[in-house]
Amino acid sequence: MSAVGEWLDIGRVDQLPALGARTLPVRGGREIAIFRTANGEIYALANQCPHKQGPLSQGIVHDTTVTCPLHNWRISLVTGEALGEDKGCVPVIPVKIDGGRILIGRAAALEGVA
Amino acid sequence: MTKPHLIVIGNGMAGCRAIEEILARDADRYRITIFGAEPHVNYNRIMLSPLLAGDKSFDDIVINDLAWYADNAIDLVAGDPVVAIDRKIQTVTARSGRVESYEKLILATGSDPFIIPVPGHDLQGVVTFRDMDDVGAMLRAADAGGDAVVIGGGLLGLEAAHGLSLRGMKVTVLHIMPTLMERQLDEAAGWLLKEALEARGQTILTGADTAEIYGQGKVEGVRLKSGHEIPASLVVMAVGIRPNVKLARGADLAIGRGIHVDDHLVTSDANILAVGECVEHNGLVYGLVAPLWDMCRSLADGLVATPSGYTGSVTSTKLKVSGIDVFSAGDFSGGEGCEDIVMRDAARGIYKRVVVKDDRVIGAVLYGDTQDGNWYFDLLKKRQDVAEIRDALIFGQAFASGGAASANPNAAVAALADDAEICGCNGVSKGKVVGAIAGGACTLDAVRACTKASASCGSCTPLVEGLLAVTLGDAFDGERTAPTLCKCSSFTHEDVRRLIPEKGLKAIPQVMQALHWTTPDGCSSCRPALNYYLLCASPGEFVDDNQSRFVNERMHANIQKDGTYSVVPRMWGGVTNPKELRAIADVAEKYQARMVKVTGGQRLDIFGIKKEDLPAVWADLNAAGMVSGHAYAKALRTVKTCVGSEWCRFGTQDSTGLGIKTEQMTWGSFMPHKFKIAVSGCPRNCAEATIKDFGVICVDSGYELSIGGNGGIKLRGTDFLCKVATEQEALDHCAAFIQLYREEARYLDRTAPWVERVGLDYIKARIVEDVEGRVALTARFHFSQRFMQDDPWAKRAAGEDYKLHQHLAEIRPLATPSLVAA
Ligand code: SRM
Ligand SMILES: Cc1cc2nc3c(=O)[nH]c(=O)nc-3n(C[C@H](O)[C@H](O)[C@H](O)COP(=O)(O)OP(=O)(O)OC[C@H]3O[C@@H](n4cnc5c(N)ncnc54)[C@H](O)[C@@H]3O)c2cc1C
Ligand code: SF4
Ligand code: FES
Repeated sequence: MSAVGEWLDIGRVDQLPALGARTLPVRGGREIAIFRTANGEIYALANQCPHKQGPLSQGIVHDTTVTCPLHNWRISLVTGEALGEDKGCVPVIPVKIDGGRILIGRAAALEGVA
Repeated sequence: MTKPHLIVIGNGMAGCRAIEEILARDADRYRITIFGAEPHVNYNRIMLSPLLAGDKSFDDIVINDLAWYADNAIDLVAGDPVVAIDRKIQTVTARSGRVESYEKLILATGSDPFIIPVPGHDLQGVVTFRDMDDVGAMLRAADAGGDAVVIGGGLLGLEAAHGLSLRGMKVTVLHIMPTLMERQLDEAAGWLLKEALEARGQTILTGADTAEIYGQGKVEGVRLKSGHEIPASLVVMAVGIRPNVKLARGADLAIGRGIHVDDHLVTSDANILAVGECVEHNGLVYGLVAPLWDMCRSLADGLVATPSGYTGSVTSTKLKVSGIDVFSAGDFSGGEGCEDIVMRDAARGIYKRVVVKDDRVIGAVLYGDTQDGNWYFDLLKKRQDVAEIRDALIFGQAFASGGAASANPNAAVAALADDAEICGCNGVSKGKVVGAIAGGACTLDAVRACTKASASCGSCTPLVEGLLAVTLGDAFDGERTAPTLCKCSSFTHEDVRRLIPEKGLKAIPQVMQALHWTTPDGCSSCRPALNYYLLCASPGEFVDDNQSRFVNERMHANIQKDGTYSVVPRMWGGVTNPKELRAIADVAEKYQARMVKVTGGQRLDIFGIKKEDLPAVWADLNAAGMVSGHAYAKALRTVKTCVGSEWCRFGTQDSTGLGIKTEQMTWGSFMPHKFKIAVSGCPRNCAEATIKDFGVICVDSGYELSIGGNGGIKLRGTDFLCKVATEQEALDHCAAFIQLYREEARYLDRTAPWVERVGLDYIKARIVEDVEGRVALTARFHFSQRFMQDDPWAKRAAGEDYKLHQHLAEIRPLATPSLVAA
């Protein structure tokens, strides 16, 4: 068996709209949301709002925050923490960019996979 | 005794600087030979840009002329690159066959420009921008005339484009990212830069992905992935650089992205050093000159004096395009604990953003006025505590260190002289503002009304508020009579709506700049509002910004609590037929909808559709002649009707028919909030017309029109507007009322609170009494509808924005391959 790399290549940066997001389902695990900010940085969070599991990928991205589409909680893309008065946290998946390609941390991405 | 031989490979900026540093410490230690691939003396590479632009000649940019080599007994071997290093016997071999042995070797081979391997990249006329040869090729192409394409909207690309357009070429810049220089600038500054370059005649295409460079033997043009073709006789590739590690690799030195060096710039071989862009230190490679100076000092210290140790460099960037000032340093990506301080001065074309974290400056982006760039950069490098000067920081060094700054920002205002100018747009002095306040103007609006201060661009609003606070003391409650649009702006909705056409604003970043937004890209409140205001102000012209829309409007469906969507096709006037019902039934089965429900708006709602299936669902519904019901949109929702005179024994007019006509006239129109209409056939009012935004009650003698009703959270019955005699008049009044609401209400105001705020008399004056005005409103509504009435579902079903509906990829941990692209 070949050794499994630490990072998963999931596609090109330009496949994401600026200030937008796309989804990445994980068989047997939880769906991941990949976000792109105005500056072209990429972040990844579990696609589930800590409030009532709203799909964060469908929220409005501004600066390094996403506003949940269901009840407007604001979630930091950097830490996964709810901002302001709200309390809660969503798992963050490490991301790095290499030559225009998005790599996400394998271990975090596969967390919870049966 | 012979001196040990020091050989330098690379006669560029780092190589020669390293020698200068060594000579300054100990001029007699080594016998020195420098090999250079280029047939020139050492010149200043960064000045190739002004050379191309015609601001400098080659002689101007020479750093060390031949006399310098002679004076220091340096043997320069120019135009003869080294092709191999033999570490065992310590020799280098040049292309000419010349072999030299060394005691110490310095690699300073710089970088190679990266060439994207698209078809045609090797055609004649494709050049990079790195050395004198490249500049020569560009100048020859410019002399021959024609068009140029520059691929890459970073620092280098833009400098190349600038030079070529000064040389008379028509230049198009292709940039793959959405904003220019995205690694150095944020969206706001990148956008300003784009505007400025376009104003100078360059064509800038962002989000442009090159598919091919075409031509017979030589370049004839560039084709984008979108299919768009740009004819050109010259293509400059400026998409990035890669450390030149060829020799090091051949000699088996440790390399990563660059040649690995320690803090003394020594490679994995103790007798070989490396410096400049070709090295990797502590995981970092650099592409600017400032780090070279630091490296060369440490290299010389380590080699001939007391080792000091290189600890890495912090860099800043300036764009060398005359007349356009851009500065950037550090990290401005924001994030946890970061605070953005933003200042915009539209009149002078200035945008400044300083990012502060834990009372330290960590990044800065300046556009238009870069005077304080070095000061911010200095604060950043020294990690200086800025808590004391925090409030004055954004105004620059002169202001912040002039004693004006203190814990209380109002003290700075208080300290200003009476004749100090507060409002630059209207030339209003501090004395005049204070006088107005003393004379009874106790609110911002009052000051604006009587002095015009802060009434134009608004950038002095904080100053005026400061003066109010200082002059009135506790009597100033800081409240404004009308709320600001959101916390990113000091303007009210009304101000913004008025200023958009007044200043001819056409895009969201442009509004943010012109109206001094205090955040770089707004928030989830102001972005949708601005998007709507622009859409309303420039029908047919403004390109809707999808990312500034709430999910439902972006997806053209209603998101549900489980993340699936509901789909509501339009059912004109609440009337349907077997064909439509069959199509809905088929869709419900085919896509496993979990429920179909009759809505309170007289149509059918299909629940539980997955976002991936939406385009297919819409295609099926379109095929049966149905379009989006906009059940998700701040737009016309439903027109409820009753059966009316055609069937009902009490019916006075054809309420169903009028309802359908009304819906056909108004569907697709975006508004500040959702808008509902109903037409009842008689005063029994079965269509509940008196709790709608616009309601029609048919009577024997005509149509009673009423407005501003709301059945939602706060129940409000409509106000009677007027009675008209014909269907056409009813339709015309409806269009006029909607247009007035579209043009004047605040975003997210339903008609009910809006009518209450402006008063029924105002609405009557505009719609009933001012006949000419009504006709004009109706005409503007119809004009706007020309661009609004195309079914958004049809476009999506045909493939538009398909990415919104597809996963980026899918991870299947147990299958091979483990990643499946969508
Ligand atoms: C489906 C429907 C309920 C039903 O099953 O009958 C419905 C469902 C929703 N309504 Fe409604 N409203 C529906 C008719 C109404 C009506 C009755 C009507 O239109 O005659 C009203 C009261 C009339 C009025 O608007 O004045 C109504 C007053 C509201 C309100 C309160 C608005 C207000 O101004 O106070 C909201 C909240 C909002 O818009 O912010 C709301 C919001 C919603 C939302 C969009 C909640 C949301 O944001 O997710 C629901 C979306 C469901 C979905 O995914 O489709 N819905 N909603 C009705 C769709 C009608 C249609 O065919 O498009
Ligand atoms: C147009 C332009 C504008 C720039 N503007 C700026 C700016 O405004 N600010 C800024 O900080 N930086 C700027 N830079 C970047 C800056 O010029 C570089 O960071 C700097 O030149 C790097 O120095 P270096 O000595 O490592 O590489 P170079 O200066 O490229 O020197 C390397 C030399 O080694 C030679 N060489 C390579 N291989 C061999 C071999 N095998 N044998 C012999 N010789 C060899 C090359 O021919 C070259 O002459 C600019 C660059 C360009 C091209
Ligand atoms: S009444 Fe409340 S729960 Fe029912 S559809 Fe409307 S918003 Fe949803
Ligand atoms: S589920 Fe995200 S805010 Fe409620």
